[in-house]
Amino acid sequence: MILSKILKNTFLVLIFGLVVSACATKKTTTPAKMDSQIQGDVYVGTDTVGELAKGVPDRVFFATNESILTTKSRDTLRKQAAWLRENTNVNVVIEGHADERGTREYNLALGERRANAAKDYLMTYGISADRISVISYGKERPVDPGSNPLSWSKNRRSVTVKAN
Amino acid sequence: MKTIKFLIIIFIFFLLSTSKSFSLIEVDITRGNLNPLPIAVSPLSQTNKSKKISQNKLNLEDLGLEIAKVVENNLKQSGLFNPLNKDAFLQKPDIAHLKPRFEDWSLIKAQALITGKVLIENDKLKVEFRLWDVLAAREMLALAFTTVPSNWRRVGHIITDKVYERLTGEKGYFDTRIIYVSEEGPKTQRVKKLAIMDQDGFNTKYLTLGNELVLTPRFNPTNQMVTYLSYFRNLPRVYLLDIETGIQEVVGDFPGMTFAPRFSPNGKKIIMSFAKDGNSDIYTMDIENRLVERITNHPSIDTSPSYSPDGKYITFNSDRSGYQQIYIMKNDGSNVKRISFGNGIYGTPVWSPRGDLIAFTKLHKGKFYIGVMRTDGKGERLLTENFYQEAPSWAPNGRVIIFYRETKTNKEGEGFSAKLWSIDLTGYNERLVETETDASDPSWSSLLSN
Repeated sequence: MILSKILKNTFLVLIFGLVVSACATKKTTTPAKMDSQIQGDVYVGTDTVGELAKGVPDRVFFATNESILTTKSRDTLRKQAAWLRENTNVNVVIEGHADERGTREYNLALGERRANAAKDYLMTYGISADRISVISYGKERPVDPGSNPLSWSKNRRSVTVKAN
Repeated sequence: MKTIKFLIIIFIFFLLSTSKSFSLIEVDITRGNLNPLPIAVSPLSQTNKSKKISQNKLNLEDLGLEIAKVVENNLKQSGLFNPLNKDAFLQKPDIAHLKPRFEDWSLIKAQALITGKVLIENDKLKVEFRLWDVLAAREMLALAFTTVPSNWRRVGHIITDKVYERLTGEKGYFDTRIIYVSEEGPKTQRVKKLAIMDQDGFNTKYLTLGNELVLTPRFNPTNQMVTYLSYFRNLPRVYLLDIETGIQEVVGDFPGMTFAPRFSPNGKKIIMSFAKDGNSDIYTMDIENRLVERITNHPSIDTSPSYSPDGKYITFNSDRSGYQQIYIMKNDGSNVKRISFGNGIYGTPVWSPRGDLIAFTKLHKGKFYIGVMRTDGKGERLLTENFYQEAPSWAPNGRVIIFYRETKTNKEGEGFSAKLWSIDLTGYNERLVETETDASDPSWSSLLSN
């Protein structure tokens, strides 16, 4: 019971955080906002997230130096797979990215590893390998130019885009 | 692209025998710039007739003075010399070159003196210069050579190399070039081009237009070829570029990304990473017969390979232990051994041209370091610490390291910059290397002339 109470409170705090952040201007990145957007080093917010199709998020995020898919990432990729199964004429490119806190060459390899983690997951949900190509940009194409943990978390990503 | 011609025809001959001269001055390069040697660089003298020609041809008021300035700047940048102000010079350049009045030069505290003479005649630039030991009152070095007038800056670099070599006992690194990636535009949409310049930042030329992303250019140590990564047609692949002709071609036929290229010391092979299905391994390709050989086979990331100068070993970066660390193996991929064991993670190992050290990038507690360690991993020394820096590249004499450094952006994501820096192996003499644009991924060439 106590646990559910804590969870409820956390939930309220989270909602509050989101409301605050929604009202807040770009300049005021409060710690509360940041906490609500990063869990265990992985970005869980909605900023920068686009859509592969209606209701299908286009990207998943990673922890520093990792290519492991989180529960939320797997959920996103299952949505992508479902949409791709419905739209068999669409091929995709998965772009793998790293944050700026690593050497260029290692980050190219890491971006490739991340993109392939997403590709493998789509394949286990029935999407044929020849419909998915991957490209790594390493740290070359950050989506957020900031030099702080929140910006870095948004940049550690793989993005699924339509190829044709 | 016709860039710089290496038509420097050098007839280096000794005007006077210098082999017997035994000098009092000597520059100790192992201690950094604590006590730079006071040196006077007299403008190279020139006849009025020759002066007129150089004014017309090169648009330089005083060619002899300009060459002296190139030498002075080189000496100053090395951190080992303190070139003295010319206003204090008492003796005229032409007379000083014949026979310096050593009392005059020691009066202004010069310990060494460079004098010389230039002459443009029949489309040739003739140069001679002498290095004098002021305190011992004798000549240490005298050389003459001929080149084309447009090579006049290189004349200054060659003079510096000879002076540096005579005074330190080590080969110089001044008649060299740097290839790098020129960067412009906002951080999220950087436009990158290959660029090349003289070691002192002059004669910048752009080798690509910026239509596609290019990264990590590296010189062939034996000729004017460059290998680099290009995203041409959105296919990241290793390319080979001849900077004389501008001809470029993709290296090998790989079904995926190739990256992190570097030449073997004899210039005949390219070693690089090939990434497939989330795994990066190291391969080589023979440039002549195109044979591809797999060197590592491990489910971890293996990248940033660099040969030892004798070509027998390879150092590389791998995360097979869980994090990025530096490894060494034989050139066939056998005997893999981890050598980095300090705190933090390690990347970009680059073998020194002298063979005894490996330069690296280290990340520890949110700071980036450029450092060196012995090839057995012992004797780690961190040369410089900053928010972000990486990609060390050795000067051909193994005394200086060039790398790039990026600045932290502010809360709005503004204020980003990337610049080249150099530092002495001793950890002294850290200097910004001026470039026309922002710059990263520097690679130092071999000496253009010897």
